[in-house]
Amino acid sequence: MTHRDIVVVGAGPAGLAAAEGALAAGARVTLIDSADQPGGQYHRMLPEAYEATRPEALQHGWTAFQRRLRRVRGHPDCAWWSESSVWALERPDPAPDRDSDLDRDPDRDSDPDRDREQPRPPRVHVLRGPADGSGRRRTTLEPDALVLAVGAHDRVLPFPGWELPGVFTAGAAQALAKGERVVVGDRAVIAGTGPFLLPVAASLLEAGAQVLEVLEANTPRTVARGWSQRPWQLAAQAGKSGELAEYTALLLRHRVPYRTGRTVVEARGDGRVEEVVTARLRPDWSVVPGSERTLAVDAVCVTHGFSPQLELPVAAGCALRGTLGGEFVAVDDDQATSRPGVYAAGEITGVAGAPAARAEGALAGWRAAGGDPDTAAVRRLRRSRDQGRAFAERLARAHPIGAAWPGWLRPETVVCRCEEADYASLCRAAADPAGSAARVAKLATRAGLGPCQARVCGPTVAELNARLSGAPADREAEGLPVPAPHRRPLAQPIRLGELAAAPQPPHQP
Amino acid sequence: MSPRRVRAESDAVGRQDRPLRITVDGEPVDGVEGQTLAGVLLAADRLAWRRGRSGAPRGVFCGIGVCFDCLVTVGEDRDVRACRRRARDGDEVTTQSRAPGGLVDRNEPTPPPTEK
Repeated sequence: MTHRDIVVVGAGPAGLAAAEGALAAGARVTLIDSADQPGGQYHRMLPEAYEATRPEALQHGWTAFQRRLRRVRGHPDCAWWSESSVWALERPDPAPDRDSDLDRDPDRDSDPDRDREQPRPPRVHVLRGPADGSGRRRTTLEPDALVLAVGAHDRVLPFPGWELPGVFTAGAAQALAKGERVVVGDRAVIAGTGPFLLPVAASLLEAGAQVLEVLEANTPRTVARGWSQRPWQLAAQAGKSGELAEYTALLLRHRVPYRTGRTVVEARGDGRVEEVVTARLRPDWSVVPGSERTLAVDAVCVTHGFSPQLELPVAAGCALRGTLGGEFVAVDDDQATSRPGVYAAGEITGVAGAPAARAEGALAGWRAAGGDPDTAAVRRLRRSRDQGRAFAERLARAHPIGAAWPGWLRPETVVCRCEEADYASLCRAAADPAGSAARVAKLATRAGLGPCQARVCGPTVAELNARLSGAPADREAEGLPVPAPHRRPLAQPIRLGELAAAPQPPHQP
Repeated sequence: MSPRRVRAESDAVGRQDRPLRITVDGEPVDGVEGQTLAGVLLAADRLAWRRGRSGAPRGVFCGIGVCFDCLVTVGEDRDVRACRRRARDGDEVTTQSRAPGGLVDRNEPTPPPTEK
């Protein structure tokens, strides 16, 4: 089993650690990322063209990150594929007359017995070249094992005016400040829930913006109760806690108020955001009447947690598990998913931050490459991963989404940004007994059918539809396939010309 | 005020700015090498450049290639995520609109291929 070929998708903290783990176990590794530099969102690097002399000024754990990067990129058995998008995963199919499963019926996909004879991981279809370009090189990899470490993006709940220019996800504000030194505004409010509010505030302050307020929607009681359960577990995440303490100190220094139990319930402006309405929230996120305040701003940064990017795990056939914070990829003690040869690490298995992602990645890479399951180092990684998981659970308890949030929606509030489907149209679809099934509601309202393919509104529309109709989100409609919310057979856009062009061998220069 | 680039002289990361120029619907817009198209547009005080189905203005929302709000046409390539594409000197960017009868409705994106 020496020299197994391992493909790692995603070069953030988890993917990079996976590559390192697999290389250490003697495998050949292809590390793939859509960005032109490794690091992911957490270690988002400045463009090389900036020729930054002090890039570490914006980074946590820069030295360790650089060291790992050198070990991985400098390794003779590692191929680093930047600007490369995995646009499809093709599962091995026992049927002889098919060579593609891109248009397979999802019911067949869920049959657990189908591929029992097929221990190989899926084929990896990659496009190499500038983002959304034409004429990118199309190539296919057939690894012995696959590690998925594709990460997550901000989940943002809709509110009136959230579609106005000047309303950003917290991740966008962070990426622009950290990744290219663009600050999204001069008078910013940061709102939502979770510890991610803090690094985003810190990034904006560092870049010279005025942060008027940081608003954590959960009440102090909810936050404290979540964080104070089993406090001994927190000690294991000292690195993370220290990082958070630094951000808190920075907010104090800049006299930025951090308010709990308050959020942005509306953004207003003519063609761009000019002011926000904030309101006090009860523990269930219902608005306290009369607590509204108006504030002039030019930027709003919002996050209500993270959505894992599940299209590739779902395409690979990996089972998911439901948690307090939503659905994630189910993995075993070695980070193996339910599919043979497919491993998962990082935020797609639970949102626990960079230290946990690194442990998961290292374990996944090592085991994917056939590394010894019972060494002291592996046991240490498992412990560290388990502490990370406990941290994730604590995080989810301290920063839940309050059930009463739809109270701030109005009939005309846009829910699906792409198709501009509003709350009223969702209510109408849900009131019609035939229309309340998720598939029918989608066709009636067009919510989730736009260019983003429900990546942004999917969980929200499913939740609203289930609540409004009183039916479970996965209710079937006669004659239509069962809803499969993360199923996107084309995981990334591909142009027809690229699809028509002949695939090229993977390892030509 | 508005979005902007941190001034190179006072930037803690100690960076070099090499200017580049793109055009947006024919108008010149200045940026620096290494920026994404979205970064160039934002730093040039353009907060919105695409129009949605109702004609409502859109710009950057997610910033990491997930929401597709920031789509532009670059040269002949339609539907390029401005937040993910690095700007190159001389890029000819055309803005897009999904509004029926909108100014540039020749750029109406094709329906997504994955839904039946």
